[in-house]
Parts: sequence; C-alpha cells; structure tokens
Amino acid sequence: MSAPKKISLHCTVNGEPRELNAYPMARLLDVLREDLRLTGTKEGCGEGECGACAVILNGELVNSCLVPAIQVQGAEILTIEGAANHPIAAQVQEAFLRHGGVQCGICSPGVILAAANLLSHDKAPSEADIRESLAGNLCRCTGYSKIVDSVAYAASDLKGTRS
Amino acid sequence: MTILRKEGREKARGAAFYVDDIAFSNLLHGTTVRSSIARGCISGISYLPGVPWDEFTIVTSKDIPGKNCIAHILHDQPCLADGLINHPEEPVVLLAHPDRHVLEKARRLVQIETKELPAVFTIEDSLARKQVIWGADNLFKSLLIEKGNVDSVWAGADRIIEGEYSTGAQEQLYLEPNGMVAKADNLSGVTVWGSMQCPFYVHHALVTALGLQADKVRVIQTETGGGFGGKEDYPSVIATHAALLSLKAGKPVKMIYDRAEDLAATTKRHPSRTRHKTAVSKSGKLLGMEVDFAIDGGAYATISSVVLSRGAIHAAGPYLCPNVRIRGHAVATNSPPNGAFRGFGAPQSIFALERHMDTIAAELGIPPEELRRRNFLHQGDQTATGQVLREKPDMEGLLEKALNAAGYHEKRKAFAEANANPETRVKKGIGFSAFMHGAGFTGSGEKMLASVAAVQATAAGRIEVLASSTEIGQGANTVFAQIVSHALGIPSDWVDVVRPDTSIVPNSGPTVASRTTMIVGKLVENAALGLREVLRQSGRLGLSHTPSDFQQALSTYVREVGPLRSDSTYKQPSHIEWDDMNYRGDAYGTFAWAVYVAEVSVDTVTYETKVDHFVAAQEVGKVIHPMLAAGQIEGGVTQGIGFAIYEEVVNRSGRMANNRLTNYIIPTSMDTPRIQVIFAENPYAHGPQGAKGIGELPLDGAAPAILNAVSFATGAPIHQIPMTPEHLLRALHGAKPEGQQL
Repeated sequence: MSAPKKISLHCTVNGEPRELNAYPMARLLDVLREDLRLTGTKEGCGEGECGACAVILNGELVNSCLVPAIQVQGAEILTIEGAANHPIAAQVQEAFLRHGGVQCGICSPGVILAAANLLSHDKAPSEADIRESLAGNLCRCTGYSKIVDSVAYAASDLKGTRS
Repeated sequence: MTILRKEGREKARGAAFYVDDIAFSNLLHGTTVRSSIARGCISGISYLPGVPWDEFTIVTSKDIPGKNCIAHILHDQPCLADGLINHPEEPVVLLAHPDRHVLEKARRLVQIETKELPAVFTIEDSLARKQVIWGADNLFKSLLIEKGNVDSVWAGADRIIEGEYSTGAQEQLYLEPNGMVAKADNLSGVTVWGSMQCPFYVHHALVTALGLQADKVRVIQTETGGGFGGKEDYPSVIATHAALLSLKAGKPVKMIYDRAEDLAATTKRHPSRTRHKTAVSKSGKLLGMEVDFAIDGGAYATISSVVLSRGAIHAAGPYLCPNVRIRGHAVATNSPPNGAFRGFGAPQSIFALERHMDTIAAELGIPPEELRRRNFLHQGDQTATGQVLREKPDMEGLLEKALNAAGYHEKRKAFAEANANPETRVKKGIGFSAFMHGAGFTGSGEKMLASVAAVQATAAGRIEVLASSTEIGQGANTVFAQIVSHALGIPSDWVDVVRPDTSIVPNSGPTVASRTTMIVGKLVENAALGLREVLRQSGRLGLSHTPSDFQQALSTYVREVGPLRSDSTYKQPSHIEWDDMNYRGDAYGTFAWAVYVAEVSVDTVTYETKVDHFVAAQEVGKVIHPMLAAGQIEGGVTQGIGFAIYEEVVNRSGRMANNRLTNYIIPTSMDTPRIQVIFAENPYAHGPQGAKGIGELPLDGAAPAILNAVSFATGAPIHQIPMTPEHLLRALHGAKPEGQQL
C-alpha cells in the first residue's frame, strides 16, 4: 500500500478563506488545532461522544473529531474563535459568562456553538428543547442547570435585540 | 452585583490556554508502553521491526536519575516498572517521537515479555490474603475508631439490624484528559506545564525521581479542564514521565492521554464494602453502631490511607450514638491504583449509612425522617471520634426545608397509592439523605501542611494574590479576588490571581479536601489585612478609606518604599485537638451539613431509573459567591447521579473493560433534573467572611437519596451502586431471573 498523499483544500474558516495541505483522512479537529492553530476547539474523547470538538460546518453542528479533512473542501466552518463575530454565538457567549454556564471551560466552546446552532433555528426554545439540543455535549462541572439557564437567557436577550 | 468569573471570558472565547494548546517548534510527543497482565515478572522487552527505532527516544527504569518512584505518602509506586508488574496498564517503557502517528505505531511494536503470577481483584480476596501482593498483609492502612463500649449494648437492645452495602469504582471524567509538557536539560533543570490540582505534589515527585535540587524544578499549572480529585495525584506520574523523556531527548516533550488511556490507566474512586450492625431501641434511638468499612486501593498506596480516614470518620453520619466502633481497611488489589475523587471516601460510607438508616426505619415501622430526627447531632454532642460540636448544626431545620421544598410528604403518599396499582408501569419514588462533610484536611493535616498564601502590591496600584491553589473550574480565582475585594474595600477587578507556578507562588497546599475557600481563602484574607496594616502604619492610609485612597496609598508605597508583600501562614485554631494514633478528637475544624431529596421514576419494563427532581439543602457557613456555590452543588449532585445509577467501571481481571465514553456512561443534559439548591447560612469563625468548604459535600448525599427513592418506588432491597438497569433487575428478581440472560 502506498503512503497517503496530502491534498490541497480550500475552505472558509470564521469568514476567512484558507488554503490547506492535509491528508484526506486527517481529522478536521487536528487540522483546526495544529495547521490553523485554532486551539479553542477541544478534544475530549476522540470518538464523537462528548462534543468538546463541535464546530459548525455549512450551518450544521458536527464533531470535528469525526470529520475527515477531505469533507471540508469548499466548506464554511465556524469555530469558537469566530463566535464573537457571529451575532447569535456572541450573545450566547455573553450569557454563559453572566449566568454561570462556564466552569472549567473545556466543554464551553462546543456547548456554546451547539447552543448558537439551536438558537439559529429556534428563537424561543423550551427547556426540553434546550436539553435535547445539548444532549451531545457532555459537561462534568455544571450539572447543566446553569448551561440551560444561560441558553434561555441568550434566547430572551436575542429576542430583545431582534424586535 | 454578581462578580463575573475571572477567567470566564477567555474560556467562553476558546482563548484560555490548556496544556494541549502548547506548541514548541522542536516538540516531541511522548507515549507510555504499558503492561497487559495484572501481576507478573518482566523477562524481556523487544522492539519489533516496523518503525525506524533510531528516531525514537526510549526511556526505561534504567534511565531514572533519582529514585524510581512516584513520591506521595509512600514511595511504593515505581515511576516505571522494574522487573515486577502489579497491575494492568502499569507503565514500563516511554517513547518519544516528533510524529504522534508514527509514535502510536511504535507503541504497538514494543513487546513486553512476562511471566504471570496469581493476582487479587476483590476486597474480600485481598482481606483473606488469597495472595499477598503488597507488604506483609495487603493492607495499606487499618484503623479503629471507638466511642463508649459497643459490646455492652447488644444484649439489651430492642432490635439489632445488620446490612452490607457496596459501591463501585467511579471515574472523575474531567472533560480535559490528563496531560503534561516538560522541558528539561541537565544544566538548567526541568520545567513542567500541565493540567493539575496540586503543583507542589508534582514538584515533590519530580525532585524525587529526577534527583534534582528543588530549585531546579519548576511546575506551572495551565488552565485545567476539571479535576474532581483525578488531577490530585496522577499528574505526578505523567509529569515525571514527560520530564524523563525530555531529559533524555534534550527537547521538550508533550504527553497527552487520549480518553481511552486516561480511563484505563488513571485513578478512580475507591470501590467500597461497608457492613453495619446497629442496636436500636423500639422508639428508634441509636444505641450502638458497629461499622466495618473496607476500600479497594488498587496496586499501590497513593492516598488510600487518607481516603480511608475520611470515609471511616464519616461512616457514623450526623447522628448521636453513645457507642460506636468503626473499623477501616484499605486493601491492595491488582488493579490500577485508585485515588482521590470528590468526597474522598465519604460518599462510599455515607451511601451505606443512609441506606441502612432507611432499612432501620422500615424495620421499626418509623417514618425515615422521624428516625433521623430522633438521632441528629446537636451543639455540645460528641461525634464518633469524640469531637464535641462547638458549632450549632440545625439538621432538623434543613430536613424540614428540604422535605417541604420537595413536597415530600404529599408525594410519598400519592406515589404509594399510584404504585400500588399493578397497572402502573412507571413507579415513582421519593427519598432523602442526611449527612455532613468535614472541610479541610483530616485531623492534624492542616497543621502539618502549614500552608502559606500571600498578596502583593503592584506599582499600578493593583493587588496580586499568590497561592498554589489552582483554578480547576470551581471558581478559586474569582472567590480569592472577592475575598481580597471584601477585606480591602476595593473592586474585585483590581485584584489579579497569579497563575500557580512553583517558582513564584508560596506553597498553600493542594487543591483538594474542600479547603481552597475555607483554609487558603482565610490565609488570603489575613494576608490582605496584613498588607492594609502596613499601609496604615506607614501613614499612607487612614482608618477609613475609599477604593481610590487605597489605590493611591498602594502605588505611593511601592514607588517610595519598594515592594509590598504580605504573607500569611496557617495557624490551627487552638480548640482543635486530634490524636492520630487513636482517631480521637477534632477530626475537622467544622462540618457542612445537608439534607438532599431525590424524586425518581423507575420503568418496571426497562428497569431504567430517571431522576425527575432534586432538592439540595445545606448549611455551608457564609456563601461567598451564590452563583458559583450553586454551580458547585449542581455539578456535584450530577456526579452523584452518575455514581448512583449510570457510571459502572467494569473490572475484568483488574482492567477497565469499558474505557470509552460510548460505554462508560455519565449523565447528559437529558438525564439531569432541575436541581433546586437551598443554602442556610451559619458563619464559621475561622473561614473567610464565615465560609466553610463546599466542593465535596454534594457528592455525599445524592446517591443514597436516589437509591432510597428507588427502594421506595420498587420495594427492591438495594445494597449496592451503581444501580444500573441490569443490577436493578437482579435486585428485584434475584440473581438469575427466568428467561433472562444477563
């Protein structure tokens, strides 16, 4: 078997066009963290269970540890580093800070993007909706109550700014 | 106004810097080759062809310049196995290479040849010395606590009620796996960055294994993604390994465990077995308690002796009993060493006691809350160790608050009626637990630690806090800033907490034992008041001041006089007396007190249990930061839910068989109820602003409250956790239900 060759990829990361040279089956997580030095995306399990590595890929929440680099050809990616410039994600970040949604911080990038993804599709989610949409993001610190509250506050803050 | 988490913004933006985010241009990756057997002798090590071995740095026990051990309480755990294997996943060889994919391939090509020896895997086999695998008798520690004369009560008691209870291992499951980066050379020594709770523990281990002078070793904590005890002792292992590789390679080395390795190789909560024999009067008064408490320490001593102490001291709970005998044993087995996990022995012994109290109530036909009420400790009473309670616990008040908030009495009645209907598939239950948790090190521990914390002024008129206490998500940075702000009358934004670095901060002890706010926070408060006193005596600050007066005085002092720093060293309050030989006296400076209520649903077809609602009422002294404090309780209760019904470490010949997040199940947002947190305040004279410790408390009470509720819902005789659906099926229908293959 011949050794795999790197391929060239172009995609948009946090609004900026990027040219990459990566192995086709390299994990998007490693491409982001090592090639682009976007270390805000975290690895918690490497098997798609914990959601710490979640990013938004073409408008969908994905675990970047399960996405091979070849799949991001031409894609638009939002990572936590781009959240401050994303109107919904920025509001979610602020709510997490104010309402105790952040403790150790390692799940926060993924949880914040998952919440932003929810609020992009549903402006007024119920508590059950919030819990369901965050079920793929493990948190060991908070017991989820303050995360759920933070998302609810973000939703109502966004309602105020949208009206 | 709520003070925002100090480092919260960086964390929410993904800008906080964790160990795996460190990059050096010449960085090597390190990995550990581990034993596959539980016990045996190493007869050889082969490096099979398939990788260019000359590109690798290889370290074995022969490359250790100092003592081949991970120095902790004892020096029994080798840094790398030298001839003998005592548990699966024991480190034998270390490898480093620039490419971690090649490294992983190489790890699989190292073959450790062994001759297997018989091993021991359970507490009972270890106690029976089926094989002697550690010391002369497999015992890391045994202890005896005696109060009154328990032998005198059996004959005259109305009832004697016995029970045996067990708890499983539990993984801390910090979401950031363990990891370290080391940069070492023979001239300048070694610097280690990493995820940890206790920088000076790591420092001590490095000094011992590397044979270096203390000032040649520097340990820096990076942002730490959770600890819960799992980063108390184990980081010393990874730090030493990374440093050995770096020393040999002459380049920096990064070692980050992936989740599977972290689950398989690092410490867990000690499995436990507790036997209770209790003499009671017909009216439900406790007359005598005999408790036999045993924990499984795994292959090496780590901190098992102190886990045993805390567990045993908490084994008699918040109850007054004139005659108590508690025996404790921490035993060796051929599993990876167990270590600290939030609660530190107390969740194990409190689970046993609070299930047993419900059993006693049922046998006597007394409501469980009434049985507790008749036996609660009060001011002036003596605990099992003979500690006379100076503080005024109000367990009756907490019980009433918690039961009322949960709607306990109404629900108990309504659920009993609904459950009686055979058509009811989902049975409902409500149950509670009553408990206390001692804050700070046990006994004379704090006196021996003699911790130091400091504050210093900057030329810009700011205050820096210097302590080795680590921010691991619990909010230490924020609370320290708040304590200084309160003591000095300045905004908390003017206070910076310096990142723990053993070359900069004093040794304020480890970040464990619910001691950071209460013990170290008090040192920080005293240091701040000392600094204010210097400013006053220098004539630069009056007796009353505005924040800007203070800032002015600070910067003038630094400009005109020079550096201004104030240190504070722990002095044990004079009333604390502890006899470590006989386990008599003041086990803790103070206790936090609590009653937790759980409401559950049990599906009688799938045997799944769900926690529907939870009330956590506690007295923790003065609550300094209500939002952070509630966050601690909610998080701890959720870990307790996992301990109770989800999290099972499947031990197969000493090895964790389910070392992945697909099959080691922790609670998600869907499994966790709304947790109602109630604080009662009763300031403690020796805590900052009256605060007591809080971190470990919530782990103690969740599991027994939940299992008392499950037992109420189903009538199952529950004696063990985790109570997964499979175990509940067995509890309800016996060991081998017909037609069921488990």
